Amino acid sequence: MNVLTLSRLQFAVATYFHFLFVPLTLGLSIVVAILETMYVRSGDVDYKRAAQFWGKLFLINFAIGIVTGITLEFQFGTNWSRYSAFVGDIFGALLAIEATVAFFLESTFVAVWFFGWNKLSPKAHAVTIWLVAIASNVSAFWILVANAWMQHPVGFVVRNGRAELTDFFAIITQRFALLEFVHTVGSAYILSGFFVVGISAWHLLRKHEVAFFKKSFRLGIAFALVFSLFEILQGHMNAELLGAAQPTKLAAMESHWETGRAVPLNLIQWPDTANERNSVQTLPVPKLLSLLATYDPNAEVKGLRDFPKQDRPPVLPSFLSFRIMVGLGFVFVALTAWAWFKRDSIEHSPVFLKVLVWSIPLPYIAIQTGWTLAEVGRQPWIVYGLMRTSDAVSPLAVSQVAVSALAFILVYGLLGIADFYLLFKYARKGPAPVAA
Amino acid sequence: MLETIWFALWGVLWAVYFMLDGFDLGLGTLRPFLARNQDESRVVLNAMGPFWDGNEVWLLTAGGVTFAAFPGTYAVMFSSLYTPLMLLLFALILRGISFEFRGKEDAAWWRKTWDACMWIGSFLPALLLGVAFANIFAGIPIDGEGVFHGNLFTLLNPYGLLGGVLFVLLFTVHGALWLAIKSEGQLRDRAGAAAKILWGPLLIIAVTFLAMTRYTTRLWQNVLAKPVLLVLPLLAVAGLVLTRVFAGKGSWWKAWFASSATIVGATLFGVAGLYPALLPSSLAPAFSKTAFNSASTPLTLKIMLGVALVMVPVVIVYQAWVYRRFSDPVTAEELAGDHAY
Ligand code: HDD
Ligand code: HEM
Ligand code: HEM
Repeated sequence: MNVLTLSRLQFAVATYFHFLFVPLTLGLSIVVAILETMYVRSGDVDYKRAAQFWGKLFLINFAIGIVTGITLEFQFGTNWSRYSAFVGDIFGALLAIEATVAFFLESTFVAVWFFGWNKLSPKAHAVTIWLVAIASNVSAFWILVANAWMQHPVGFVVRNGRAELTDFFAIITQRFALLEFVHTVGSAYILSGFFVVGISAWHLLRKHEVAFFKKSFRLGIAFALVFSLFEILQGHMNAELLGAAQPTKLAAMESHWETGRAVPLNLIQWPDTANERNSVQTLPVPKLLSLLATYDPNAEVKGLRDFPKQDRPPVLPSFLSFRIMVGLGFVFVALTAWAWFKRDSIEHSPVFLKVLVWSIPLPYIAIQTGWTLAEVGRQPWIVYGLMRTSDAVSPLAVSQVAVSALAFILVYGLLGIADFYLLFKYARKGPAPVAA
Repeated sequence: MLETIWFALWGVLWAVYFMLDGFDLGLGTLRPFLARNQDESRVVLNAMGPFWDGNEVWLLTAGGVTFAAFPGTYAVMFSSLYTPLMLLLFALILRGISFEFRGKEDAAWWRKTWDACMWIGSFLPALLLGVAFANIFAGIPIDGEGVFHGNLFTLLNPYGLLGGVLFVLLFTVHGALWLAIKSEGQLRDRAGAAAKILWGPLLIIAVTFLAMTRYTTRLWQNVLAKPVLLVLPLLAVAGLVLTRVFAGKGSWWKAWFASSATIVGATLFGVAGLYPALLPSSLAPAFSKTAFNSASTPLTLKIMLGVALVMVPVVIVYQAWVYRRFSDPVTAEELAGDHAY
């Protein structure tokens, strides 16, 4: 393997792993903040116990989110130095703003929250978790603006052999950034909702603290339902935007080879990249792809064959990840709607409770496939249309990157096992008993 | 002008990082030697507990600002120092996780594992940061394309290693003083004694390092060319002397501030001596990465300056508030509760 392949492998391991923990941070921080606010307003100690129970899981998860973020911040320089030199004027600024605006707040106040239960007034204490929640979501905004710029660069000129900033405002307000932000944050709230619902269901199945977990269940299911509906409606806007901004990704995720008008969407198909066609292709819904990509059922949609081979992304991963994400999106709506109906007597539906426990991994899968689509579908570009991934890599020795990539896999693997073990342990333990 | 302002800010960010996280790294290194039992071990952890994470963000910001203001330097510096930087990052990962995980399971092997990780994750970063900065002061073999002609062992030269030892000693003294502030009884006595004992070797290494700096780097020439900059090394020296004086009197806060002055003065002396280079090349001066040949556009520098001028004071205010709020010694009562490591 060469430095490029190894660097890509290493970057993929590091980001997938980081994003295994990020979404729960984004959503659970808000859940805990809501619970603690309810405690401050009502004085009901059950809410305090709930904030502390979910808060403990939040912290176990948060710890890994933080430490794995640090390696990402530096990897642009270590492994993608040519990229960094080329885009630093824009991309570097966004990352630095993220650190000063969000990371300080988040890292400082998460500790105040943990250590401050007996040192701050209840109100001030509730404020600290809100600060953490807001800062995490603000940090997501800035990193996604940076990512959106790689997907769809705007507000720059190429001068002096690099991309130079001309319009900062255009970069932070471009549609790609806003859509990517709401879509990603929405997906994080779905995941957090399912997490709360699934763990509550596990305890309800065992008739453990029924009143307590029904409260958490309600909050979780409201979260998951609202955002599952939102995600499906909003996801179409992303797809439509791709039609204009990244036609190669759109064609690859639909495995659409032949340019045409009024293109149908095949419910069942399988790409055959070698022969530039689909080996299986049935159940077409007429004109749907044209409609989804442009809002016009008769519009033209460019197929992969019309793009030079060296500009096409890997088709199978793009296609599969899109199908899995969208499929799961519909599953989420069905599950959460049903759970919402049954919320008052949910403890009497053991089979459904089991289904909900086993659903916890599903949003994780949807989110990772979503990123696979966004990032693999962007290939071969690191900055779409502007710089190729193969031109971005640092001048390193193969041995260096081989060793570090292996270290990432080993160290992250062990950390992941330890972290999920602790999450399981403390999730099963349940809330602390009511203090005397 | 903008470039120079950012160069100065870049130096200040590193200095603040070393001052703040320095005591965590030093204390993590000293922990096995100072704490005699489980309770003391936990006092040491909780003396850093509310702060280490916020402190670490100064490192992220120093890195982020290198990327934003001097992308040319960021690219060459971080890819040239690839292996030491990866070691640093993994060490910091282990440290951060140890804080959170150590107390989450009762088995002895579990705690011992995380204690070991905490030690590596504290000692190694202190050492590596020192080695890296000494090498930056002296210049590293990069060519005109920013390609590094060396390996890890190139960096482990006598001057680089001396820089590593210097950082370890600076940080351990700094950390021992912090523990003296944050603990009581025997543990505090031991921490204070450790600071005083380590101060001797620190003095010797610091003097040797400064002397070698005279012959190995251009820092002194640059600083002497602008004599007002001499206040920086003077600050470091005065801080070092005062550290011992205050420690002798048992004025731990004052001693800690004096030690902070040493760290800040020494870092800024080094950075000022580098100006305008951020990463000098030892192959030819023309290959050096400087504030001028590696900077972002004026537009980006201006936007970033606006953000920094608004946000950094805000950060300082709330972090100072946290330090005040959590400055009392760690108590047995806190350790017994559920809200401590
Ligand atoms: C949509 C959200 C999102 C995405 C795509 C990323 N991150 Fe992240 N990151 C967060 C959302 C987040 C967060 C929610 O703010 C974290 C995660 C868990 C946590 O505890 O804070 C965080 C932590 C975190 C930290 C530690 C911050 C601290 O110490 O407070 C760093 C340095 C980064 N991230 C950097 C990155 C980089 C360079 C990424 C790009 C490859 C990246 N993150 C992707
Ligand atoms: C957190 C969710 C993310 C995941 C799971 C993810 C995943 C991936 C994957 C799998 C690749 C490799 C694609 C390939 O080589 O075929 C990649 C590449 C890359 N991504 Fe992301 N990514 C995420 C977020 C981001 C963000 C927010 C940024 C920047 C702000 C980013 C920057 C990059 C860069 C620079 C590459 C280039 C390396 C390469 O092409 O291999 N990623 N990412
Ligand atoms: C069901 C309808 C959905 C549609 C039509 C849809 C559409 C899309 C599209 C087109 C992209 C690629 C955007 C790009 O490349 O920038 C994307 C990315 C993504 N999707 Fe979805 N999605 C849906 C549901 C979901 C669900 C349910 C989740 C997770 C719970 C999810 C998580 C993600 C994530 C994390 C990304 C990567 C970040 C981004 O690019 O915004 N999506 N989605």
